[in-house]
Amino acid sequence: MSTAGELLEVSLGPQHPSTHGVFRMNAVLDGETIVKLKPVMGYLHRNHEQIGEGITYIGSFPFTDRLDYFSAMSNNFGLAIAIEKLGGITASERGEYLRIIMAELTRLVNHTAVTGFLLNDMGAFGTPLLYAFREREKILDLFEAASGSRMMCNYVRPGGVRQDVPEDWLKQAKEIVDHYPHFLDEFEKLLTENEIIRQRAQNVGVLSKELAVNASITGPMLRASGVDYDIRKVDGYSLYPRFSFRVPLGSVGDVYDRYYIRILEMRQSVKILQQALKDIPEGPAISPKGAAMGKAPRTFRPAKNEAYGRIEAPKGELGFYLVSDGSPQPYRYHVRAPSFVNLTVLEDLCIGHKVADAIIILGSIDIVLGEVDR
Amino acid sequence: MAFIGAGVLRGMGVTFRTFLETYPWGRVLLRGLRQPAVEGLVTIEYPDVKQKHAERFRYFPFLVYDGTPDNLRCVSCKICEQECPPQCIYITGPAKDEQGRPQKANGRTFPVEFKIDVSICMSCRICVDVCPFDAIEMDNQYELSSSERFGSLILNKQELLKPNEYFQRIKPTEASEVDARLAAKRPKPQPVFPPKAP
Repeated sequence: MSTAGELLEVSLGPQHPSTHGVFRMNAVLDGETIVKLKPVMGYLHRNHEQIGEGITYIGSFPFTDRLDYFSAMSNNFGLAIAIEKLGGITASERGEYLRIIMAELTRLVNHTAVTGFLLNDMGAFGTPLLYAFREREKILDLFEAASGSRMMCNYVRPGGVRQDVPEDWLKQAKEIVDHYPHFLDEFEKLLTENEIIRQRAQNVGVLSKELAVNASITGPMLRASGVDYDIRKVDGYSLYPRFSFRVPLGSVGDVYDRYYIRILEMRQSVKILQQALKDIPEGPAISPKGAAMGKAPRTFRPAKNEAYGRIEAPKGELGFYLVSDGSPQPYRYHVRAPSFVNLTVLEDLCIGHKVADAIIILGSIDIVLGEVDR
Repeated sequence: MAFIGAGVLRGMGVTFRTFLETYPWGRVLLRGLRQPAVEGLVTIEYPDVKQKHAERFRYFPFLVYDGTPDNLRCVSCKICEQECPPQCIYITGPAKDEQGRPQKANGRTFPVEFKIDVSICMSCRICVDVCPFDAIEMDNQYELSSSERFGSLILNKQELLKPNEYFQRIKPTEASEVDARLAAKRPKPQPVFPPKAP
């Protein structure tokens, strides 16, 4: 009896297939080739949006830390921008600089960690991931010194940041940032030219320009496909127009491009950080209106209005949509999560590839299930 | 690229260098070859060696008192209970006497019971931000594991109360700021003999 042409259904998960959370893929295989793949989400659903509608605007900040727990500072930043738009709050200049420094440090943390995880998925257990974590740890120590917590920072506020950074913090940050290119060189020496990685990653999971735009993919994944779209440039929010940096673009849109674009973005982030750490002015870390709001959250009652604040989070466009009905709590609170939208093309990327490739394609999309399921 | 496999070998060179950096003799060897060598061992053996945390490191909240435990700063206004995002603070009070009038100690009302369920607390520090009396602050004790769900994970008023000296010890910068702020708020003692008009 021949089994040729018979399809096999395999359920991958719901453990951690890419160490980013609880996720399940139902793959239909012909031999080892994937012919159909259905992502199953929702195992980590924590009712984030509904909780946000039941508490004050400030009360949502600690919950946004837990969306994408690799980049808590960026998530805080996104919500702060949305609230500032809603309430007409302006941020102090030092506050803006500190927020940009934090957001770019977060980008370094996220891209370093995800590159390590991607290599872990390819089968390079330990070495690249631990090299990445060694550097990530230094930045997390900076976060701890500034905010009191390594990952659940809850630091950025509308109008600036909650507390000014401690003495010597900027000096320490400068040391770490200046050392970062050396680490990136070492990391690239380890990985970029490696033939095994090229064999595994090149021309695997190619995302075409057209599909990327049609599926509203954002972030490094979109830029790896060669679309020049970076919200820091397009929107020019906060003080980003002041800094000179370039937006690296990929050409093929495969797993290798997605890996390499993150390395290049980290080099640009280091550039932004060096400029920001040099130019940061003295002054209050938070504007008076923002400080009053943090001290008494229920006094903030924006007029009936709606606002959408978005930032270029490490994973893509992170947007917060707020509708106010004049009460201290938002009437509607919605999160546009980049991981979730980027995950929708998973099936298109995986069809025609082997099962082992599906794992690294998932790893290269860079998802965190805390953000996908919310 | 000279030959296939050169990239892999170069990568292995990086791994070997890092291997050498984790040993003292390896670092001596690297320096002998005029290579930069930093301490490669970045981990610590946790229960024996403990990591030094930043001063702002926060874990769970505690209540501050000045001098004696009955002189606590908390007046049982319940703002923290209301603003706590995961709703883990439970306050009973303020204390009342038989006629239903608020009791006072040192000129302030005080809570009968103050409980924090630390298994729900997410260490966000919002209670500290909203407290108008600087009565609640963040502790840095993190070794609190327990085998039961309730019991020792619900901290009551006695367990939460800690002296201002303790706060000064764990967070000197923040505690001095708080002390200065409180001293500015306190009414200045009236001079006994009012100065005469010239």
